[in-house]
Amino acid sequence: MTDITVNRRAFLTSTGALVVTLASAEFAEASHPTVTARPPLKGDQLSSYITIEPDGTVVAYYGKIDGGQGLGTAIAQMVAEEIDVAYERVRVVMGDSALTLDMGGASAAIGVSHGGTMLRRTAAETRRLLIEMASEKLGVPARELGVTDGVIHTADKAKRVTYAELVGGRYLDRAVKWNGRLSNGLQVEVQAPLKKPADFRIIGQSLPRKDLPGKVFGTLDMVNDVRLPGMLHARMVRPTVAGAVPVQVDEGSISHIPGAKVVRIKDLLAVVAEKEWNAVKAARALKVTWSESKPDFPGHEKLFEHIRKAPIVKREFQRQNGNFEEGIKQAVRIVEGDYEFPTQSHASMGPACAVADVRDGEATIWTSTQKPYDSAYCVAELLGLPKEKVRAIWMFGTGSYGRNEQGDATADAAVLSKHLGRPVRVQYMRHEALAWDPKGTASINRSRAGLDANGKVIAYENISKAFSRLDNNTRESRAADVLAGQLTGLPLNRGESFEIPVASYTFEHGRLGWETIPPLMERASPLRSTHLRDPYGPPILFGSESFIDELAAATNADPVDFRLQYLKHPRDRDAVRIAAESYGWQKRPSPANDQKDKDVAIGRGIAFRRHFTTFIALIAEVRVHRRSGKLDLLRYVCAHDVGMIVNPDTLKHVIDRQLVYGTSRAMVEEVRFDANMVTSVDWESYPVMHMDGLPEKIDIVLIRRPEEPPSGAAEMALGLVPAAIGNAVFDATGVRLRRVPFTPERVKAALERA
Amino acid sequence: MAQVTLTVDGRARTLDIDDPDMPLLYALRDDLGLNNPRFGCGLGQCGACTVQIDGKAVRSCMTPVSSVKDRKITTLAGIGTPEKPHPVQAAWIEEQVNQCGYCISGWILTAVELLERHPKPTDAQIKDAFNDLICRCGTHGAALKAVKRASQQA
Ligand code: FES
Ligand code: FES
Repeated sequence: MTDITVNRRAFLTSTGALVVTLASAEFAEASHPTVTARPPLKGDQLSSYITIEPDGTVVAYYGKIDGGQGLGTAIAQMVAEEIDVAYERVRVVMGDSALTLDMGGASAAIGVSHGGTMLRRTAAETRRLLIEMASEKLGVPARELGVTDGVIHTADKAKRVTYAELVGGRYLDRAVKWNGRLSNGLQVEVQAPLKKPADFRIIGQSLPRKDLPGKVFGTLDMVNDVRLPGMLHARMVRPTVAGAVPVQVDEGSISHIPGAKVVRIKDLLAVVAEKEWNAVKAARALKVTWSESKPDFPGHEKLFEHIRKAPIVKREFQRQNGNFEEGIKQAVRIVEGDYEFPTQSHASMGPACAVADVRDGEATIWTSTQKPYDSAYCVAELLGLPKEKVRAIWMFGTGSYGRNEQGDATADAAVLSKHLGRPVRVQYMRHEALAWDPKGTASINRSRAGLDANGKVIAYENISKAFSRLDNNTRESRAADVLAGQLTGLPLNRGESFEIPVASYTFEHGRLGWETIPPLMERASPLRSTHLRDPYGPPILFGSESFIDELAAATNADPVDFRLQYLKHPRDRDAVRIAAESYGWQKRPSPANDQKDKDVAIGRGIAFRRHFTTFIALIAEVRVHRRSGKLDLLRYVCAHDVGMIVNPDTLKHVIDRQLVYGTSRAMVEEVRFDANMVTSVDWESYPVMHMDGLPEKIDIVLIRRPEEPPSGAAEMALGLVPAAIGNAVFDATGVRLRRVPFTPERVKAALERA
Repeated sequence: MAQVTLTVDGRARTLDIDDPDMPLLYALRDDLGLNNPRFGCGLGQCGACTVQIDGKAVRSCMTPVSSVKDRKITTLAGIGTPEKPHPVQAAWIEEQVNQCGYCISGWILTAVELLERHPKPTDAQIKDAFNDLICRCGTHGAALKAVKRASQQA
């Protein structure tokens, strides 16, 4: 075994990239700890996951990021648990490609289930090796040694040695069994077993979030706060008609603005200035003649008509059981239902911001994209640098809710920095964040079911017709996946795919599939599609779970009973049952038939999903004002089974916040556009939920299963919101809502049509 | 070039400006290197850029820098510290309100102002005070709880 001594000073002085002004020493430290003599960052190296500092601090290297849901805290808890130190002693380094392996960044809400598990294993392995070393040093067999907060000792504590004394400041140069893959596919196996839930001291405790004090006291630095010597501020200049490219740029139009300069690289246009405000002003003042472009978008009002008529590029049944075509022939009754879900924006609180410093054949990017590794690969390709010459440093920033425009901004910053030979900070303006972020694609969800003479569902089909989810490769790892690549002429990288619901219901004959249609614009489209938080969950579940409700109504069954009739997995059933019990669900078919003539009607609706091994049921209680179409959200009850729970309070917060977020998407959010361009450019033209739309009461019931492996929670519940509300409206009024968002005008129109 | 002196979080700071119409937000962030007022929209629609001017929550993206000399500017970092937190900050931590925290200046400074006007606000008053703020992470309900907690301590 070769242990190598850490030399922090050497690193600090040998790299120029560290003159970043960061107010918070703690973060600066966490971003740039000791790398000089660390064994190469490889998946089969224990030190790539866990190290121990001279003062006994355990550092966990987490190749994902914390988008504000407390993952940093959860990871610290898991590592502290397995390695047996106090929680306070663990520091988590996240998303720095020079320090942490590519574990995929944030993706699919698997921060705990995947990344957390890898770190638990390697923490347990580190503990095992340290005990082995202590055993040798103390002359006591390993099995007679215990650990208390980083101190290895005999039962009587007569003999002891600390982790820090054993290795502090050196690296445990030990191999672990790695599957050779990175990103979400990375798997590592170790000899040490994981702790049993019965022995947990830290996992399962509601410890407060580590990142919150810095946010609450205004001392935590975000990517927006990176300031480098010589840094220029850039603003991008984008056309007002999609697809138009600059033909002529009048540099004189900004000559009155101090320090302002135009940068044009093929069709990519930007202005830069020493002072940020001057860059903002220059972007507004710059006179550009744009090429003619006629995108001929259908406009958001006619979008669903467009989707219905559009040719199918690819159709796939991703999952089939039995024989649907045969099954439906035997049916004595057919039920069909269409559900429409609009284009939605990530609409992050802060427009994307990134800083890049490209020089001497190397690049450093500071970014808050949830995919810092992919962003680094993308930048390497754009700049023509080898992958290992691009270092991505993830920092806290605005929530991104999927692949928002952060990856685009990061690439812009890198391209501009290379061109100018100076560090560049790009921040988008509000209109760019809404009009130019890659979008959550619109879709129509079509369901069809056949019932036999007893009202039993014998055949079931669910098909989404939509723009492909892969207008860009959703990982943003290739240069063609970002606007900078598309505007500089790189070949596109499209794919055809959509999603299907999880087949929890056991119908005799079933098929679940999708059909994709051509994109509205091939290159640099403001409507290009990508992952939006809970990718395809809200649109598909709005369709599939509203339709299950339709089937329940068609067979005069109670919606909870109907679901239980076809759900067989005990965890599926428990989620539905527990939600119903907690709500106080009275069994009866929908609609409630005593409110027909009332102007104000109240209803309850349920929606259920399984996602990976997270099992969720959501009940919404809604008051409908028939005359105005206004919906009051009176109560949500959410039963949530995620398996092992690392931090119950934080989990409840994550569910609570996402149900509110999901409410915004169900009730108000829709990207507007006309024939030429997205017209949602600010918080009035892209309305989001405000305080007055908050559900009055949200009850969250955590289903505890400490023996089950942890699954994800960061986005699984929000997809149920539209269907739960829609089903409640049906229960209240007997009218189905078939199109999101449920604005008063839409609800009113639906009620009047009925 | 003109010089402007701003008093921010109790400290007088002088800066050179070449545009009196520059929003205060850019002076605070770009000239003075302060971080917690954040750019969200630049349109007065979201609250991310909120600071207090003479005790009132104001959107710095809409406030020309030349209009605030001789007035007392307080940022989120100026109302309390971990050692001496403002009751609203303490409540925000107790309730673990935020996710990303990008919106936080608007919500906390609006709450501080609300509690000065109404030490025991009703739910309706709280909702009303917060209604022109945006939070994309969905912390609305948690913020409501935090204000109530802070008002009970006040
Ligand atoms: S940034 Fe000032 S209100 Fe949005
Ligand atoms: S906490 Fe993220 S925007 Fe409010």
